[in-house]
Amino acid sequence: MKTQIIDLHVNGNLRTVTVRSADTLLYAIRGKLGLTGAKPGCLNGDCGACTVNVDGWPMKSCLMLAIEAVGKNVTTIEGLKNTPIQQAFIENFAFQCGYCTPGFIMNCHSLILKHPDADDATIKEWLESNICRCTGYTEIEKAVKSVLEKN
Amino acid sequence: MLPFDFDYYKPASLKEAIDLYQSKARNREKSMFISGGTELITLGRINLVHTEAVIDLKDIAECKVMQFEGDYLVFGSTLTLTKIEETNLFPLLTKTASEVADHTSRGKITLGGNICAQIFYRETVLPFLLADSQVMIVGPDGVKVAPINDIFKEQLQLKNGEFLVQLATDKRFIEAPYISIKRRQQWDTGYPLITVAALKMGEEVRVALSGLCPFPFRSKKVEDSLNNREWPINDRVDAALAELPRPILNDVEGSSDYRLFVLRNLLHDVLEGLGASF
Amino acid sequence: MDVIGKSIIRKEAQDKVTGRARYTHDHHSNTMLSGKVVISPYGHAKIVKIDTIEARKMPGVRAILAGEHFPLTGEDIRDRPPLAVDKVRYHGEAIALVIADTPGQAKKAADRIKIQYELLPVVHSPIQAFQKDAPLVHERLGEYIKEKHTSPVPGTNIATHIKIRKGNMEKGWTESVTTVEADFSFPPSDHVAMETRCSIAEILPDGTIKIMTSSQAPFMVKQLIEKYFNEDIGKIIVETPLVGGAFGGKASVQLEILAYLGSKAVGGLPVKILNTREEDILMSPCHIGLDAKIKFGADHLGIIKVAEIRYLWDGGAYSDKAIDLTRAGAVDCTGPYNIENLWCDSYCMYTNHPYASPFRGFSHSELSFAIERTMDLLAQKLQIDPLELRYRNAIKQGHTTPTRVLLNQSNVGNLQKCIVRLKELIRWDEGQIKEINNRLVRVKGISCSWKTSTIDPNAPSGVILTFNRDGSINIMSGVVEIGTGTKTVLAQILAERLKMNVDNIHVRMEVDTQTTPEHWKTVASRGIYMAGRALLEAAEDVINQLREIASIVLRAPKEDLELADSRVFLRDNPLMGLHYKDICYGYQYPNGNSIGGQIIGKGNFIMRHLTHLDPETGAGKPGPEWTVAAYGVEVEFDRRDYTYRLVKAATVVDIGNVLNKKAALGQVMGAMSMGLAFAGRETFYFDEYGRVLNPQLRTYRPLHYGENPEYLVDFVHTPDLEAPYGARGVGEHGLLGMPGALGNALSVAAGVSLHHLPLIPELIWKTKEAKS
Ligand SMILES: Cc1cc2nc3c(=O)[nH]c(=O)nc-3n(C[C@H](O)[C@H](O)[C@H](O)COP(=O)(O)OP(=O)(O)OC[C@H]3O[C@@H](n4cnc5c(N)ncnc54)[C@H](O)[C@@H]3O)c2cc1C
Ligand code: FES
Ligand code: FES
Repeated sequence: MKTQIIDLHVNGNLRTVTVRSADTLLYAIRGKLGLTGAKPGCLNGDCGACTVNVDGWPMKSCLMLAIEAVGKNVTTIEGLKNTPIQQAFIENFAFQCGYCTPGFIMNCHSLILKHPDADDATIKEWLESNICRCTGYTEIEKAVKSVLEKN
Repeated sequence: MLPFDFDYYKPASLKEAIDLYQSKARNREKSMFISGGTELITLGRINLVHTEAVIDLKDIAECKVMQFEGDYLVFGSTLTLTKIEETNLFPLLTKTASEVADHTSRGKITLGGNICAQIFYRETVLPFLLADSQVMIVGPDGVKVAPINDIFKEQLQLKNGEFLVQLATDKRFIEAPYISIKRRQQWDTGYPLITVAALKMGEEVRVALSGLCPFPFRSKKVEDSLNNREWPINDRVDAALAELPRPILNDVEGSSDYRLFVLRNLLHDVLEGLGASF
Repeated sequence: MDVIGKSIIRKEAQDKVTGRARYTHDHHSNTMLSGKVVISPYGHAKIVKIDTIEARKMPGVRAILAGEHFPLTGEDIRDRPPLAVDKVRYHGEAIALVIADTPGQAKKAADRIKIQYELLPVVHSPIQAFQKDAPLVHERLGEYIKEKHTSPVPGTNIATHIKIRKGNMEKGWTESVTTVEADFSFPPSDHVAMETRCSIAEILPDGTIKIMTSSQAPFMVKQLIEKYFNEDIGKIIVETPLVGGAFGGKASVQLEILAYLGSKAVGGLPVKILNTREEDILMSPCHIGLDAKIKFGADHLGIIKVAEIRYLWDGGAYSDKAIDLTRAGAVDCTGPYNIENLWCDSYCMYTNHPYASPFRGFSHSELSFAIERTMDLLAQKLQIDPLELRYRNAIKQGHTTPTRVLLNQSNVGNLQKCIVRLKELIRWDEGQIKEINNRLVRVKGISCSWKTSTIDPNAPSGVILTFNRDGSINIMSGVVEIGTGTKTVLAQILAERLKMNVDNIHVRMEVDTQTTPEHWKTVASRGIYMAGRALLEAAEDVINQLREIASIVLRAPKEDLELADSRVFLRDNPLMGLHYKDICYGYQYPNGNSIGGQIIGKGNFIMRHLTHLDPETGAGKPGPEWTVAAYGVEVEFDRRDYTYRLVKAATVVDIGNVLNKKAALGQVMGAMSMGLAFAGRETFYFDEYGRVLNPQLRTYRPLHYGENPEYLVDFVHTPDLEAPYGARGVGEHGLLGMPGALGNALSVAAGVSLHHLPLIPELIWKTKEAKS
């Protein structure tokens, strides 16, 4: 049982993968499914670059074992198609190197779904989970708010 | 990347979990209960945790409850901190929990995991210490319920094979005036420099602290000093500072002298905030 | 202008919001092996024994490198073994490399390597390193191979010493009525690019060395692998895909060497090494620390007459790029002020700290903290408004720099204009201090900066343009896309020059040293200046070729032809002309006859008239131009707790000309954010063994969302006549003044003079306590 064959629901598809019990979800989706949008930044829960969405909530995929994701709906950045938040990130110059971007977008995406009327405090509470080293964050703030306002 | 392999189990009942632990023990295999599992991963990857079997408590019904049972509010140990915050049944707990780690991580970190954590802040235990909550523990000897203040000494005193199932808190404490302040080395990110949580029951102020010492605590002596209404407030705070347990942390978050400086002001704020400063 | 100045969306934007953008680590194949480095747990220790026996028996292990004497490496002084032998000189130094089939196996085996150490006395700071009886970090400093212009002092911890001697010191002191003198210091810290460094190396059977790496300097990797290991430079191919942030930290060459050695040890199979965050912080080079001593003399109007400066840079255990950083610090040592009598000693010191690589701003944010705090001390002493003091001393055309470059209307921006604009922007006239209540107070601090880019005098940049059949163009440039959007700006420049729609210009994001023309390094805000010039030359080449073929087809002299909207046409009859698509692959006459061929444009650029510095006086031309800027920071300070919140931060930079508005604002704000984090929180905490106690982002904390202030950014426009469309580099400048401005604000707010970074509440408390 140190390795297992498991079914993962990722981006609407059922994928069967062989994992070590000790493999994180991040490792499995990148290494086994080739979904390299989620990034390793610290593997310690500190940076948010690996954020995906599990059953509608943001999740740092480095903090979750792949086996823990069995029976849950996992959405990665590759599963988002033309969402308003992606467009808003582009229009507001909310990224530079782009490394933090998939994680940030996944977190914003969940925020918009869970709290369509989020106020400043809620936005801050959610988004301080991710680090962006390139921007000054105001561009990201503008991007999120532009989508929230449209709601 | 975890540099070791383990067998993973997800028992569906308390009994199954206990039996699993014992059968592993009989085979001389080291096993570990997890609920959020974040310490397994983050400490495991730097060789500070090692185990041969992992027993994940998340599927056990008793560990998932969050409801009033009579006069008691019961929290299961595998509830995530986000879930507790979103439901907001215990405002002091919500406030203290909402300062732990960050929002996304709190979607994985659990109440039981935080209280039993190896990382010594264990901030979410503070509200329960203040509220004289009862803890329900299960182990090879069956279920036992005990006052948290008897069984939490720096950390929860668990015997091999035991784990935390629930915490039950009397309604009276849930409704009492409270305050919870987390001060960090700088700005809004990071471990506590000091976290103070306080409750006011009648005229009495209760205070619990994390980040001051390498363990969270509530001290009767500290509280007695703070509640000594014969003295002016400055003297009360001075007396409380003289009663602190040791050692005072001296680390990258701050020196011990600085922590004491910060604590002094925090205690004033607590007394003032709870209207107990006169 | 149609395209220049517009906020054109970056070309790789769609890839970056969909997770399709690929960085080095995203390139993976089943045949790739994994490398894991074993790092030193101590700052300074003798290696007594390395035992790899058990590790070699672990499943999946292909090779273990340890204890071998590989050629020494290092850019100016070859003082660094790729893997430590005999002794370790910093916490995090690479000692052994395990190559195994999977990352997990490599890690497991690495954990089983047993190393015995004997502790040595630790050199904790540049000041300590400078003492006569300090332990030596390098006992055999005199024996290393070094570059000509580097001057290590054997028997000491001095890796190099740069001298600036200008004017007459005695005269300066005589003309002064006031002097201020102060010491400043801060330990090293980190870049924290979100992508940790990663390198993959493979050696093909014919000897071709293929390296893929997250680097700002793929061409340097190629050059250095040749130099260090005597490889055939034509057989070294370095690829760099998108890079997830760099900030100078990826300009050093380190992991590439390990991956190369690793691949060599396993018969050339591809080997990948990905830093964990801890390794990225500890093992890979860091952001330099500094001990500074500043002494200014001024007349009663505050005009600075003389300065004596000593910088002791914390180069760490190996000199590598720290030598260059030491030089850059010397060249602009005074900050943006005209000081005619000057004596500066800038030393690169060896310590037992992680070694330094460039950090955004290349020594300038560091020295600015010392200079700008001193400026405020001078203002305070003379009772002159600090902004006014800076205005009076501001450097401008007609003045000379510390290395005696005469400034003119083009090679320096207009600092006085920046100061005037800053004054409005931060409402300086409303006062520096505003009481909110008996605890809270809002306080503003200001600072200024300047910077030239000290780059190798012969640093090249080249561009190739190729046409597609539809008349669109591909740009090939060796600039690495590290997040600055430089390649998109290059497309804008080309669109402007060729009067084309920028959508019809494609850029190759990846760099591949075999097929991409060389761009020295993507550093020093020099991408647009150098690659832009090369691009403009290539554009001329293309224009010329388009005209040439059009003149044949249109039967008109070349001189009569104009270009616009992807067409070449007659100046007096625009209707008569040809679309690029009809001539860019040659022209075909109706009967099938064809002339010409695919149009390929080329251009290159090399900086003009740069010189080495005179070893005794420092005289020489170190860089092409000086960008100047003025800054303000406003904090809300709690006088009881010594805590504070960043309220506003302002930067006014003389940008010359804006090429892409939002991108430029983004660069400046991002740099400010980084500067505030460096000033306010980021540092390495060391223990007595020289160990870094906070090598994780849990305890080493960059700015998070919501901790940032409101940003106020504006530009002054003094075009650099040598630069494409007059633009000056701004990638770094937002950062430079932040530590100084924050330090000045907090010193006023707390009523004590603050001399160290980071400016955490505990530091302010401690300084206050010491005073009372
Ligand atoms: C990004 C980040 C930031 C953090 N910041 C903070 C902070 O600011 N303040 C703070 O207090 N902590 C902080 N932590 C630490 C964190 O709170 C603990 O590591 C976490 O609480 C562990 O929770 P978990 O549910 O994941 O525990 P697990 O990993 O599941 O378990 C943790 C420990 O508790 C034991 N355990 C788990 N459940 C039970 C149970 N029911 N009965 C008995 N033992 C049990 C496990 O065996 C293990 O030893 C942070 C962690 C992260 C990842
Ligand atoms: S990689 Fe998961 S939080 Fe940093
Ligand atoms: S865009 Fe580079 S880290 Fe956010």
